[in-house]
Amino acid sequence: MDLTFNEREIAFRDELRAWLAANWDPDSPVPEGEDEQYAFRRDWQRRLADGGWASVHWPVEYGGRGASLTESAIFFEELGRAGTPLAANVLGLLLAGPTIMFWGTQEQKDRYLNPIVTAEEIWCQGFSEPEAGSDLAALKTHAVKDGDDWVVTGQKVWTSGAQHSKWCMLVARTDREAPKHKGLTYFILDMEQDAVQVRPLRQITGEAEFNELFIEEARIPDANVLGGVGNGWKVALTTLMNERAGLGFFLQVRLRQLLDAVFAEASARGLLDDPVVADKLGELHLKAEIIRLTAYRGLTATEKYGQPGPEGSLTKWMWSEANQQLTQFAADLLGPAALESGTPWAYELLRARGNSIEGGTTEILKNIVAERVLGLPKAR
Amino acid sequence: MDFDLTEDQKEIKRTARDLLAARSPWEAVRSAAEGGAYDPALWRELGELGWPGIAVAEEHGGQGLGAVELAVLLEELGYACAATPFLSTAAAAAAIQAAGTDEQRARFLPGLASGEQTAGIGTPELAADADGAAVIVLLADDGARVLAGADADVSPFEAIDPTRRFGRVAGEGEPLGDNGASGAATDRVRAAIAAEVVGVAQRALDMTLAYVKDRKQFGVPVGSFQAVSHRCAQMLFGTETARSASYYAAWAADADPERFGEAAALAAAAAADGGRDVTASAIQAHGGIGFTWEADVHWLYKRAQLDAALLGGSGRHRARLARIGAARVAGQPAVA
Repeated sequence: MDLTFNEREIAFRDELRAWLAANWDPDSPVPEGEDEQYAFRRDWQRRLADGGWASVHWPVEYGGRGASLTESAIFFEELGRAGTPLAANVLGLLLAGPTIMFWGTQEQKDRYLNPIVTAEEIWCQGFSEPEAGSDLAALKTHAVKDGDDWVVTGQKVWTSGAQHSKWCMLVARTDREAPKHKGLTYFILDMEQDAVQVRPLRQITGEAEFNELFIEEARIPDANVLGGVGNGWKVALTTLMNERAGLGFFLQVRLRQLLDAVFAEASARGLLDDPVVADKLGELHLKAEIIRLTAYRGLTATEKYGQPGPEGSLTKWMWSEANQQLTQFAADLLGPAALESGTPWAYELLRARGNSIEGGTTEILKNIVAERVLGLPKAR
Repeated sequence: MDFDLTEDQKEIKRTARDLLAARSPWEAVRSAAEGGAYDPALWRELGELGWPGIAVAEEHGGQGLGAVELAVLLEELGYACAATPFLSTAAAAAAIQAAGTDEQRARFLPGLASGEQTAGIGTPELAADADGAAVIVLLADDGARVLAGADADVSPFEAIDPTRRFGRVAGEGEPLGDNGASGAATDRVRAAIAAEVVGVAQRALDMTLAYVKDRKQFGVPVGSFQAVSHRCAQMLFGTETARSASYYAAWAADADPERFGEAAALAAAAAADGGRDVTASAIQAHGGIGFTWEADVHWLYKRAQLDAALLGGSGRHRARLARIGAARVAGQPAVA
């Protein structure tokens, strides 16, 4: 057991810190407005790419640094610590890229990977549907072969960043006779066609990170099938397995920063010694540290044994719960000021409600823990 | 970064699990609890294996290993809910080894490391295994004290956990160590208690899983109901939370003294709450049978309650963490 970074990891961290010090101004104002913010993130990703930092976890042969899992974690921790935004093409970098590397043909790798890194082509993820959320394999969007093309019709939902995207990771049903997990195919859908309509979904925060996609006889060339016809479930699992890789460390650091801000608010009000406030702060500090420690345990297990141990299924659940408690406590501490529309704490309070839903609801995570980790019979 | 036990440590864990499964099954724990006495043969065996001195230097008759190895053993003693003076003896020895003066080490450690003598730990209000102990380590946030057994007036305290002997202690004793390091000694004992709790929680979870897979109602195993399976998932959450903190504290005890205070507070708070929550859940998931004296889950619940009391509850540790967090935000060294 050694909870310190080794020489290689420290060298990686120091190089990144030096680069961040030269390339990221923590006082630079993030612009107002969703489109302006997105453009800002796109510029930030270009800068990362120029420095060779956009895709650290990708293998060297695909333009990455071949960073270890621990180095990837350091990367996200340091970005979080420096207060940078996430790269614009986060779904391309974390999901689409690794899926294409695993399942793609040489032509597909040559075509798609580099524009992901440079943020030239943004990607979104077309998995969930109105009738297929936690039960993803029940999706109904279907594709039929027409000459060299596939013709796709259906509806997708919770599609983050669709309005900015060139490509969509689309899972559609290509065989309606087959059992629900068979009959699926994974496509690369060109979003720039009239047959694909993007409608923003306004969230409880008022902003629209997500969209609905209405797909009416969109055309996809056969060359854009990823991983073979009828193999879509397996390919989708590759994407889902990458869903939270590394990103957890970014979120963990953001939780810590938010908690530091709560400490500062308590201090400014002279409430650090108030026993009720201190008890809550101590509990949140505990949770933030436990998430970090548990995430590192999962990282070690994955590096040594190829998969995380029982603890690996818990960190996202821990994080969403802690972030919700933290933002709720901030509202108690600050009073009405935290509930004024448009203020940062009000935004954090509302946005946190999504944490236990996005990327797998806590209920589904508990089912997964119960069935796959604890070996309990399938839930009813 | 390597947050995992070494092969040697895993081997210690496996050996301890197997030995205790054979030597301290529930019948033995029950017999000790109901008879009001530890099994001297079991204690002798642990002494012969050198376990009480695992974190004691070889020059004092110990194994010369560290806090992580001690934590690994304690986790398994907790898993077995073994009725022995192991926790108090091994934790006291580790604290004296780490913080004691040369004279204190020479006076107490050889007897404790061999298991020929035992130690007590706790506070004047509640101490484990104080009666008959050669030395009692009295814990306080600002420093531990050592009290020779001969100088202590111990009155029995009949706790709800009969798998362990408790007492009230009167007597002054002397500071443990002479350089203010004894706050860390208290933390070492607390980290040791937390490690035991991890094992207690793991056992409660394992017993519950076995039960809810087997017990059928409405024609199906009750573990297939989400109300039950999600409770089990929550038990894993509590167990792994305590384990992350406990391993961290055990590592920091020897490897990172600067962060050890915070790590011990994390471990103590996570174990005090996690142990009680997980074992309470075990009783609930066992239904009516879980409330009977016959089912063994109550030993774990009671052990978790008394361990939490030995830790001083969870609130004081959260208060300490709040002070540490506040100092960090203010850019000052933590005073806690």
